[in-house]
Amino acid sequence: MYVYDEYDQKIVEDRVKQFRDQTRRYLAGELSGEEFRPLRLQNGLYIQRFAPMLRVAVPYGLLSSRQVRMLAKIARDYDKGYAHISTRQNVQFNWPELEDIPDILAELATVQMHAIQTSGNCIRNTTTDQFAGVAKDELVDPRPWCEIIRQWSTFHPEFSHLPRKFKIAVNGSTSDRAAIEVHDIGLEAVKNAEGELGFRVSVGGGLGRTPVIGSFINEFLPWKHLLSYLDAILRVYNRYGRRDNKYKARIKILVKALTPEVFAERVNAEWEHLKDGPTTLTEAELQRVASCFVDPAYQALEDQDAALAQLDAEHPGFARWRSRNVFPHKKPGYCAVTLSLKPTGVAPGDVTDKQFDAIADLADRYSFGEVRNSHNQNIILADVEQRQLFTLWGELREHGFATPNVGLLTDIICCPGGDFCSLANAKSIPIAEAIQRRFDDLDYLFDLGNIDLNISGCMNACGHHHVGHIGILGVDKKGQEFYQVSLGGSSGRDASLAQILGPSFAQDDMADVIDKLINVYVEKRGEDESFLDTFRRVGIDPFKERVYATNH
Amino acid sequence: MQRIIKDGKVVNETWHLLGKDATLDGMPNCDDLIVPLSLWREHAHALKARDGGLGVWLEAGEEIEEIADQLEHFQVIALNFPAFTDGRHSSTAYMLRTRYGYKGEVRAIGDVLRDQMFALKRCGFDAFAVREDKDPFDALKGLDDFSEVYQASADQPLPLFRRRQA
Ligand code: SF4
Repeated sequence: MYVYDEYDQKIVEDRVKQFRDQTRRYLAGELSGEEFRPLRLQNGLYIQRFAPMLRVAVPYGLLSSRQVRMLAKIARDYDKGYAHISTRQNVQFNWPELEDIPDILAELATVQMHAIQTSGNCIRNTTTDQFAGVAKDELVDPRPWCEIIRQWSTFHPEFSHLPRKFKIAVNGSTSDRAAIEVHDIGLEAVKNAEGELGFRVSVGGGLGRTPVIGSFINEFLPWKHLLSYLDAILRVYNRYGRRDNKYKARIKILVKALTPEVFAERVNAEWEHLKDGPTTLTEAELQRVASCFVDPAYQALEDQDAALAQLDAEHPGFARWRSRNVFPHKKPGYCAVTLSLKPTGVAPGDVTDKQFDAIADLADRYSFGEVRNSHNQNIILADVEQRQLFTLWGELREHGFATPNVGLLTDIICCPGGDFCSLANAKSIPIAEAIQRRFDDLDYLFDLGNIDLNISGCMNACGHHHVGHIGILGVDKKGQEFYQVSLGGSSGRDASLAQILGPSFAQDDMADVIDKLINVYVEKRGEDESFLDTFRRVGIDPFKERVYATNH
Repeated sequence: MQRIIKDGKVVNETWHLLGKDATLDGMPNCDDLIVPLSLWREHAHALKARDGGLGVWLEAGEEIEEIADQLEHFQVIALNFPAFTDGRHSSTAYMLRTRYGYKGEVRAIGDVLRDQMFALKRCGFDAFAVREDKDPFDALKGLDDFSEVYQASADQPLPLFRRRQA
């Protein structure tokens, strides 16, 4: 992974100093709450329902075991012993004291971590595929590009007060596990006919109140021009994005208002001035960054198909787990393993300090000392030897990471919701739990196959409900917590936005509602037809009829 | 007398900033004036004929392109921040310095506070009329928040990756 040099380290340390002084001035009354707010937000610090929440940046989801141990330490020393993996691959602490934040940042800086731009109206953490660098279907490793973008976006002087938050995602594989089309900018690394590397550029995608699938405005941007082109997009947005209404301030509204064609022309006109300037990337810089992402010291191994099949036959639990939580690897004899953070009864994505320590330990022993956070709120060991899989499975079970549900209905993406977040209309964690309890039969879950169920506690859509095959949104109905259900969303390459089913439901009815929806799927599906495909074929009406029929 | 930050020092203000609805009536001939863009639009000729110094100020929504070919008439271009969180004029300043080669004073006015000044300086501002209820000497410290930066901007023609290799 990327390793800081003295420059990177200096910038992060300067930041700690700066924020320590800002916090001091706020506590001393020299900065008003209103003046401090954007400053703390740009450092990932929210004032929540019960306490501040600190969102720590995990650039494109990558963590070393040393960093994971630091997260454990912070959870223990400054929080209530746990943290939460967010849908942007970051880590959130729910209970730190405001006065302690500068010290937490100083501790993070010792392991090359920070909380820079994890919130606020600026360029946020760039995200990517959790299997970057190891996926079989990968054409280009997105990680060096994410790091190059991270450095460019860190304290970009011109774009530190944008109309609204700004999210960039990069994909380099055949399947899109980074959901690039629902980002403000989505970059797909591609090669042209001459074998040269470049990017397809999508703009104006996003979730939130007005979900939109992005529009591709450039089919091939040569890699050297990546940063000057990003500068051009951001400048057009910074100057012309709406600032009068925060619900119309995302770039998607500007792109829509101008049309993608006109927006692209504006970007090109701006880019004319910047192209080939000093921000043009150099071969040397790409090499420098890419050299941090070369393959670890893989051994020459063989795939273990026969041995694993044998173990499958002897241990059905192992077979089950392997079929859901193990992902193919580009190297023979290796695989990537997802640690499910979605056992029933635990808030999706929550990790305790002891679990963090255990994960760090497992990473050191099984996966070259590195892990990744996924936007599905799980943790991945990306480089595991197949011949160690069975032993690893045993260890994962001890620590509660072996729930064999990756990609299944109970692998729920869920925002912190009303239990923590002050913006929430409704709680989301109890809904996730009620659904997990209802669907506790593993055989049935396996039979249902891939179903993305995403829950957000409000319009801000941190739980990505618009792109869930089943999406659940907390709404406020005359002061009561209600839930709106939508169907048919997808964040993959065939991205689509979910359609709203109809009037919302009370919390106690939610498990029943999901049950009915699933029953319709089971009745209507063809052989091997997934939930999403079935929905796309039969449409929303049969689901609607079933769910609302008994209400009359 | 108001004090402003100019070239990294607190100095006494010598310019008069005229409000939005200023007119030519009774305008002194010799004072140094910063006039609203609207006045310049209407009365460029008369304003050029005065003996005093001339500057112009722009609202956050006013575009620098409008006066890009008239910059030689202004010793000061002041850019107004209706709120410190409104970043539009960061782009304006950057364009003034790098695209239009403007060498005069680029001044931040309005809701100008210590914690934004480092970035503003990077974009090309060399003068800051810090909000009146704040101490300009305290604000001055904001200019030194960081000792290293990643990007190229008006203050630093090369991004770190081009300097790193040296
Ligand atoms: S979706 Fe709403 S409730 Fe959930 S974390 Fe985001 S802002 Fe909070």
